[in-house]
Amino acid sequence: MGEVDWGFIVEQTFIQALGLNAAVYAIAAIGLNMHFGYAGLLNFGQAGFVAMGAYGMGIAVNQWGLPVWVAVLMGMLFAVVFALLLGIPTLRLRADYLAIVTIAAAEIVRLVARSTSLRDITRGAEGLNEFIGPFREFNPFDPSATYGIGFVQYRGNAFFAIIIGWTLAALFVLITWLLIRSPWGRVVKAIREDENAARALGKNAYRFKMQALIIGGVMGGFAGMVDAVGKATVQPDFFQASLTFFFWLVLILGGVGRVWAPIVGSMMYWGLITFVQNTGRQLVDNGVIQTTIMDVNQIDQIRYWVVGGALALLMVYRPQGIFGSREEMALDAR
Amino acid sequence: MPGRARIVMLFITSILFLVIPIAGALAQESESVTTTITVADETGERVPLEGVSITVTDSAGAEVGTGTTDATGVFMLPVPGAGTYTMLLDEATLPEGVVVANPERNPATVIVEVGQTRATIFALSSGEDDGRGPAGVTVRQVSQLTVEGIKFGLFIAMAAIGLSLIFGTTGLVNFAHGELIGWGMLMAYFFNFYGLAGVFGWMAGWPAPFGDGVNVIFAALLATILGGALGWLLDAAIFSKLRARGVGLISQMVVTIGLSLVLRYVFLFAFGGSPRFYQQYTAQTAIQIGIVDITPKDLVLSVLSALILVGVGLFLVLTRWGKAMRAVSDNRDLAESSGIDVQRVIRLVWVMGAALAALGGTFDALAEQVRWDLGFRILLLVFAGVVLGGLGTAFGALVGSLIVGVGIQLSTIWLPTELKNVGALVVLILVLIVRPQGLLGRKERVG
Amino acid sequence: MPGDTGTGLLGGVAAEPGVPKPDPILTVDGMRKSFGGILAVDVHHLAVQRGIITALIGPNGAGKTTFFNLLTGFDDEDKGTTTFNGDNIDGKSPHALARRGMVRTFQLTKSLTKLSVIDNMKLGARGQRGESLWRSLLAPLWNDQERQIEEQADDLLARFKLDHMRQEYAGTLSGGQRKLLEMARALMSRPDLIMLDEPMAGVNPALTQSLLEHVKDLRDHGISVVFVEHDMDVVRDISDWVVVMAEGAVIAEGPHDSITANASVIDAYLGTHHDAPLDFDTKLGGS
Repeated sequence: MGEVDWGFIVEQTFIQALGLNAAVYAIAAIGLNMHFGYAGLLNFGQAGFVAMGAYGMGIAVNQWGLPVWVAVLMGMLFAVVFALLLGIPTLRLRADYLAIVTIAAAEIVRLVARSTSLRDITRGAEGLNEFIGPFREFNPFDPSATYGIGFVQYRGNAFFAIIIGWTLAALFVLITWLLIRSPWGRVVKAIREDENAARALGKNAYRFKMQALIIGGVMGGFAGMVDAVGKATVQPDFFQASLTFFFWLVLILGGVGRVWAPIVGSMMYWGLITFVQNTGRQLVDNGVIQTTIMDVNQIDQIRYWVVGGALALLMVYRPQGIFGSREEMALDAR
Repeated sequence: MPGRARIVMLFITSILFLVIPIAGALAQESESVTTTITVADETGERVPLEGVSITVTDSAGAEVGTGTTDATGVFMLPVPGAGTYTMLLDEATLPEGVVVANPERNPATVIVEVGQTRATIFALSSGEDDGRGPAGVTVRQVSQLTVEGIKFGLFIAMAAIGLSLIFGTTGLVNFAHGELIGWGMLMAYFFNFYGLAGVFGWMAGWPAPFGDGVNVIFAALLATILGGALGWLLDAAIFSKLRARGVGLISQMVVTIGLSLVLRYVFLFAFGGSPRFYQQYTAQTAIQIGIVDITPKDLVLSVLSALILVGVGLFLVLTRWGKAMRAVSDNRDLAESSGIDVQRVIRLVWVMGAALAALGGTFDALAEQVRWDLGFRILLLVFAGVVLGGLGTAFGALVGSLIVGVGIQLSTIWLPTELKNVGALVVLILVLIVRPQGLLGRKERVG
Repeated sequence: MPGDTGTGLLGGVAAEPGVPKPDPILTVDGMRKSFGGILAVDVHHLAVQRGIITALIGPNGAGKTTFFNLLTGFDDEDKGTTTFNGDNIDGKSPHALARRGMVRTFQLTKSLTKLSVIDNMKLGARGQRGESLWRSLLAPLWNDQERQIEEQADDLLARFKLDHMRQEYAGTLSGGQRKLLEMARALMSRPDLIMLDEPMAGVNPALTQSLLEHVKDLRDHGISVVFVEHDMDVVRDISDWVVVMAEGAVIAEGPHDSITANASVIDAYLGTHHDAPLDFDTKLGGS
């Protein structure tokens, strides 16, 4: 196999699986679990919610100079407004329509954010880059030191965001669990399966779906905020449609409709992708894979093949993912 | 189990067999930076500027290179790798009276990721009113935009018919339709430049289309055939099997999403990130017809599209197969009990829909540029057209697409050009509020 | 005799279409609904008497289903006024109607297969505090109400002999059990009026008698019942009053015996005029 530095690869795998990206994806997928896993809403625009949270918070600090806590509330508010804009026209319609509209809406968000006309607010294609200061004041960790366990180490600033991220993920899992085991959750699950049955029993299906959309959307917004704090930047091209599909893979991989599955799915996804890409890079570097077939830059594109292929294959062969149960499955594959 | 796994492996290996040699044939791109320099003239039209000089410097301050914009206003320069670069526009090379609108943004800083072609925008102003806003609208401007809108709408329509009919006959929202569009466009590019020798190297000495590239018209024809073939393959190998297994529609839809991701990034892998042009008919001067200007190729493409669409329409109305398609799309159970072989009709819908999408993609790329993600960029507009016209009806798709095409062109009177697609998406959402079944669709009843 | 207690309430009422009733729970005036140019429903006046079992019958295409959907809020009428318990309910959505005490079941049973039987039942209860989004997060706010609901559910399950299936997913129930579950679930909200959409459709004969007893039981508990049916045996067995629709309009009303001899009813079912009344003991006009 040539000289492949397995130590490095394993180290990177764990670092990514427990790191910022995994936390961000987990939070977004927990929101998506509320949307689709429990309420049956086909939200293909979660990237849009993530963008709303990130931009809401970033603009509040960057342009409007608001304190951190207010900025976080702005991020949440942006996400709520987005949910309302999406939900009001579509929640009374068939599920497929929501799918189309959410993809379109998320694209609109991206295009508008990167446009030159709103440059003053969103800073166009470059994005927001100067908001991190006030956040870093809350950082108890030393930016120049590294923190972690064993070989899994992160620099102080990143570690700060990672801790926040996983804490939020755990919190949102708890909230999801509390909601789902309550009568509210019972109604939502009923609506997912048969809306008319729920309506005939006196439940205002539209209201419950809207609530689920908002909750999952706000969670998505928090994913964006954590990402922004962790990377110290908000860039429009990050929030493209493929990001949403990554969240979907994470959700389906872990198991749709299981509260903590998104966390597991995210860690597995990041671990796997990091492993494959690092191994691939090294194989190209030491000539095992000829550069005529693939060069180092193209290794990164493998990620999309893996995600796309995994999505398709999972849907066909194991739609309940790793931890889901076939009976309780939201997906109607048999 | 083995049967299904075999089909999947066959599909994957055939894709790889096709792609890897193609990827070898096509130049592989690494990182580069690009920008397109345009300025609005008195009518509000965006005019590309040629000969504008741009210098690219790396993060250490060393100059990477200098270049000028071409006839379409495009500047592109490869850079040594991922990282942060600055692009400086030499204002002295701008025409008289044109300046950079925001001097703080010149030079512009761009961050290039691995394998990426990073685009940036230089906003220019001509020091006078840029013609936007209803006050500056002329009849000529509206007519010009309408003609362009019709042209674009016709291209969208070709892709939209397939999407609408696939939904009508199977209930599936096919998110991979964008890649059917892209497939056609890329195949046309491939045959335009390489002929079959690109795949089968031993054909290199033979005459075109085997040994060498062919005229883009012939390439488009080949692309259409291959488009239909891919459509056939997708239904035969995947979706008919899924239907037979009883896999639900939502699951199938997620399969199309996975498929679209794989295909789209295979295209990126094979084709590279930068836009390119076909060999023929790239730069043309416009001729004047009445009060509108149109290039000969745009005219030909529009007329051809219209003719093809009329042909498709006649097919749907007059022929047995066409009527069967509409019947199945309208009411599947009823059609089946009338003796129609529904599965064969669905297969034909996939073939025809994919072939049309391939052609639509090729036409659009001929009119503009060949890009790896053109399919996805158009897809949302196609959805807008289909929903506007009515999901499941072919004629609705046609009407809706034309309206979307014209609508987004006209919207540039008020909206900046870069946001014109947003208009289409907003229309999509509005239609769903006001009349969810679309213009020609039927309202759904409760069980 | 079947229908004795019920018919008593309507002793003085003439067997005429559109006749007013002494104590109507549901009234309809001037209701019209068209689909693409075809007038599907055109009911001049209909009053449903409280506390009895009213059957809604008619040949295929008579507009029964459309009318049923209009009454229960699942479709919107073009014109017309409807009152329920004296209040105007025009244009009200199904969930609003259910909250006011009008519940319906579906011809294709809608038991929620991914929920357990007991969860299905608990879903049916009205006014649950725990269904509010904010309150649901704090279990103590709704726990005691939940326990009460569970008791009510268990009682009903016992009555319908489904208590042994309590924890099972509703998807594992047989067709007949699902019918019973849907009926039991509808009772959780303590409705005033229950609208049954072809309750015997797809039910095996062995279960039919049991279902019929449950429906009569509903009436004996003071719940008004309206049901759409094709099976004339069922209609004869349990209905106190029969409403016949044809071509979108109400063409006859009355106790069962009066309508079997009614010429316009016979015409509607058979399409031609017969001199002698037909024996309605045979199944007619339906699936």
